[in-house]
Amino acid sequence: MRRNRAENDANHAKLTRRAALLGGAQLLFMGGLAARMRYLQVDQADQFRLLAEENRINIRLIPPARGEIFDRNGTRLAENVPSYRIVMVREDAGDVDAVMARLSQVIDIELETYERALEELKRSAPFLPVTIVEGVSWDEVSKVSVNAPALPGVTPEVGLTRVYPRGSDFAHVVGRVGRVSQKDLDALENPDQVLRIPRFQIGKINVEARAEDMLRGSAGTKQVEVNATGREMRELARREGQSGADLQLTVDAKLQGYVQARLGGESAAVVVMDCENGDLAAISSAPSYDPNLFIGGISSKDYDPLLNSIYRPLVNKTVQGAYPPGSTFKMLTAMAALEDGLIGPDETVYCPGHLEVAGRRFHCWKRAGHGWVDLENSLKQSCDVYYYDLALKVGIEKISAMANRFGLGIRHDLALSSVNTGLTPTKAWKKSARGADWVIGDTVNASIGQGFMLASPLQLAVMSARLATGREVTPRLIKSVDGVEQPLGIGADLNMNENNLRKMRRAMYEVVNDRRGTAYRSRIIADEWRMAGKTGTSQVRNITAAERARGVTRNADLPWERRDHALFVAFAPYDKPRYAVSVLVEHGGGGSTAAAPIARDVLLQALAGGEPPLDAYPTGDRARIKSQQERLRDVQPQAAIKGNDQA
Amino acid sequence: MSYLEYTVKSVPTGFRKILHLNWPLAVLLASVCGVGFLMLYSVAGGSYTPWAEPQMKRFAAGLVLMVGVAMVPIWLWRNLSGVAYGTALVLLVAVAFVGDERKGSQRWLDLGFIDLQPSELMKITLVMFLAAYYDWLPARRVSRPFWVLLPLGIIFLPTALVLEQPDLGTSILLLAAGGGMMFLAGVHWAYFAAVIASAVGLVTAVFQSRGTPWQLLNNYQYRRIDTFLDPAADPLGAGYHITQSKIALGSGGWTGRGFMQGTQSRLNFLPEKHTDFIFTTLAEEFGFVGAISLLSLYALIIVFCVVTAIMNKDRFSSLLTLGIALNFFLFFAVNMSMVMGLAPVVGVPLPLVSYGGSAMLVLMLAFGLVQSAHVHRPR
Repeated sequence: MRRNRAENDANHAKLTRRAALLGGAQLLFMGGLAARMRYLQVDQADQFRLLAEENRINIRLIPPARGEIFDRNGTRLAENVPSYRIVMVREDAGDVDAVMARLSQVIDIELETYERALEELKRSAPFLPVTIVEGVSWDEVSKVSVNAPALPGVTPEVGLTRVYPRGSDFAHVVGRVGRVSQKDLDALENPDQVLRIPRFQIGKINVEARAEDMLRGSAGTKQVEVNATGREMRELARREGQSGADLQLTVDAKLQGYVQARLGGESAAVVVMDCENGDLAAISSAPSYDPNLFIGGISSKDYDPLLNSIYRPLVNKTVQGAYPPGSTFKMLTAMAALEDGLIGPDETVYCPGHLEVAGRRFHCWKRAGHGWVDLENSLKQSCDVYYYDLALKVGIEKISAMANRFGLGIRHDLALSSVNTGLTPTKAWKKSARGADWVIGDTVNASIGQGFMLASPLQLAVMSARLATGREVTPRLIKSVDGVEQPLGIGADLNMNENNLRKMRRAMYEVVNDRRGTAYRSRIIADEWRMAGKTGTSQVRNITAAERARGVTRNADLPWERRDHALFVAFAPYDKPRYAVSVLVEHGGGGSTAAAPIARDVLLQALAGGEPPLDAYPTGDRARIKSQQERLRDVQPQAAIKGNDQA
Repeated sequence: MSYLEYTVKSVPTGFRKILHLNWPLAVLLASVCGVGFLMLYSVAGGSYTPWAEPQMKRFAAGLVLMVGVAMVPIWLWRNLSGVAYGTALVLLVAVAFVGDERKGSQRWLDLGFIDLQPSELMKITLVMFLAAYYDWLPARRVSRPFWVLLPLGIIFLPTALVLEQPDLGTSILLLAAGGGMMFLAGVHWAYFAAVIASAVGLVTAVFQSRGTPWQLLNNYQYRRIDTFLDPAADPLGAGYHITQSKIALGSGGWTGRGFMQGTQSRLNFLPEKHTDFIFTTLAEEFGFVGAISLLSLYALIIVFCVVTAIMNKDRFSSLLTLGIALNFFLFFAVNMSMVMGLAPVVGVPLPLVSYGGSAMLVLMLAFGLVQSAHVHRPR
């Protein structure tokens, strides 16, 4: 004992005091902790329990299956097929660079894709699967599966993607889908939440875009329990969504395929329409492109040629293009005059080869003139002066009004993108749009479908259908939605003078079937399928007086983009019209040589419901047609993907 | 006094010492550890791996260690306390050079058989050394300035080393434990009053100067202080842990969601669910009743220590027992305050419950000292 007892006791007493004090303070603090516990766990328990539930339960959207698109016979035009992609989860992969390097030895990965994937892997949350490559083949999937032990965190995933089994045949009808872009979202007032699902696809053009609301369906929801990092732990509840409606189009895939093949590389458009009910049996624009290329995002290697081609494959010429209808418009000028009672179908006009109007000379295509011509002869030989004369008598207002009744200058609202209204000029239109007064020369030009007059191939098909039936037939593209038949485009009676219409059809019949008709070489000789039609050759340049004096330059000697457009409108069979057709060959030269043969082939194909018998053709053509048929038989649409073809 | 024999007049010897251990304290410690096993089993999703089983093995080792330490006479420990403090200090210096870096701070020393945190060891050896110091120092000198500065140096040296790691939580605990020892030893009130007053003054000055031309800290430093003091201001960053922890606690209610039914912890909303935030799992699954029970166990341990310390006539034994109790208290008080949103998140585990070998063994060693003091008390 170093210290005495008294000092020791005093020290111990002090220690006891301070120990009691500190111990008391500790107990007090613990009392405080207990009070806090009570506050959190008892007083505020309800509030926190609610917060815990909110934390835990998350609502996820289930993307709906997009509706499929079929042709009139049930052939699939757009379908959803399982597509495989390779995904990687960073936290499972460990060394991402090493795993990526090994993966690229197993399957081919383009350098661009490789780098994008690496960057995305480093940026996104570690538990989120990142797509490395999309649209991989089953072969590659199995390669990855076999090498699974060497590829931690790498898994093949299956999802639905849009495929267009008919490839380029329907790019301008069905259109295509693509990833939802910011532009798509901005265009919508109240975008559906489902559009924000990553990788969700939205219709971009044509039917896919215009019928988006029907095709998309509505999203289902599932309640999932998630952990703090957002990973799904289990599913608590599920409400199935509504898959999109299936659409059936009026188009016949077989006919459409034939038309695309027949047009080949030409820059052309063909519309085949049912005369009775307006169903569009084919609506083809050439050249076309493969919409499947666009689905995962098109590479500039594939895109640039499409964008820069002078044949404009991305443009749907059937509805977006507006062309001077040329001589195909003559029926309407005549109808305006006939319906107005200014002239009878059998009255004649003298054609000296030109007409002097307000000091300017308007030429007929035939310099020597046609002499005395009536309606039938003027149309058959496509005399211009006859129509100049009629137009001067009847005036532009009535001509345009008549054109409107036959479907020109009217927007036929099909489920296609950028449907053009065309143009049927009036005096008021010129004043407001061009700020100039209408001059008489404008009327003369309009009478033969030149000048301001513009029409799309679709409108020309509608025109010939209405001429053929005398009814206000309107085109129809969507036949049924989820099996529910859509209204037909039969339309009301046009209330035209039946005699005038009959004469007009007769004149159109003569155009094709009379030896002197402009389309005589493209006649059909099978009696039950006789065709009536009208050629058109519309200038895209002015022919100067000087050029006219030394002789008009032949189309073949002009650069492609300055050549005339070739047009042809027709319907068949003549005595019981079934199909109306319009053909436009951009810068194709003459309508009789470039457009009429196409119309004949297409009409025969439509009427025969397949390859027509050779004896429908004039004897002299048969050998050539036979070899053409053999050649076209094997033509496949561009990059068609083998899908399950029939429903 | 033994809990088995009433009439022991002298210090027991040999294996008889085992009978004279403070068994109720040992049972309390084992109960707290038992709660720990239960919770570790639960947060692992109903599995002994990866946490509950190793923790049990460590507890077994810790129990042996505690009994072993208790068998050694307390005066021997007193004589060794200087060496122990020095060793811990050397290890702290060593860890700064050769330590393992984990989660951005260098705290661990791989000794081959165990990953040791010298800062854990320092908590005990500091208390030991201060107890020995005040046992040696005559009472009348305790409040003399020189004899006050000396222990301050003893405290600040390891504190600075730990702060360097960096480990703010442990350095605060060291400061508080050291200060507590000085208070227990009887250092004059005035010193504490002065320290508290100047600390309050400094803090006030720092905050008052904000926005004035003579501002004491940079703006970004103020912002850092703001998030430190009020994590709720940054709910997805620093405040996330606290918010989730409070949700877990609160959703427990009176009786909790039931064993292994805690959604917050099971779904990983809780950070460090097996270490620093294990209390929230307990509170979520067993509710207020469970939480208050654990708190009561802790309180009983403190009470037992304080009572045995006061009953012990040996100054070193008393000071050491009180110091270890204080350390233990600081441990769980800081941890619980933190998870209940009363204190900033500083990373202090819940003693004997949180998963961790180093802390468990060091604590069992400390309670071994408490037991030794009890067994070898003067009668």
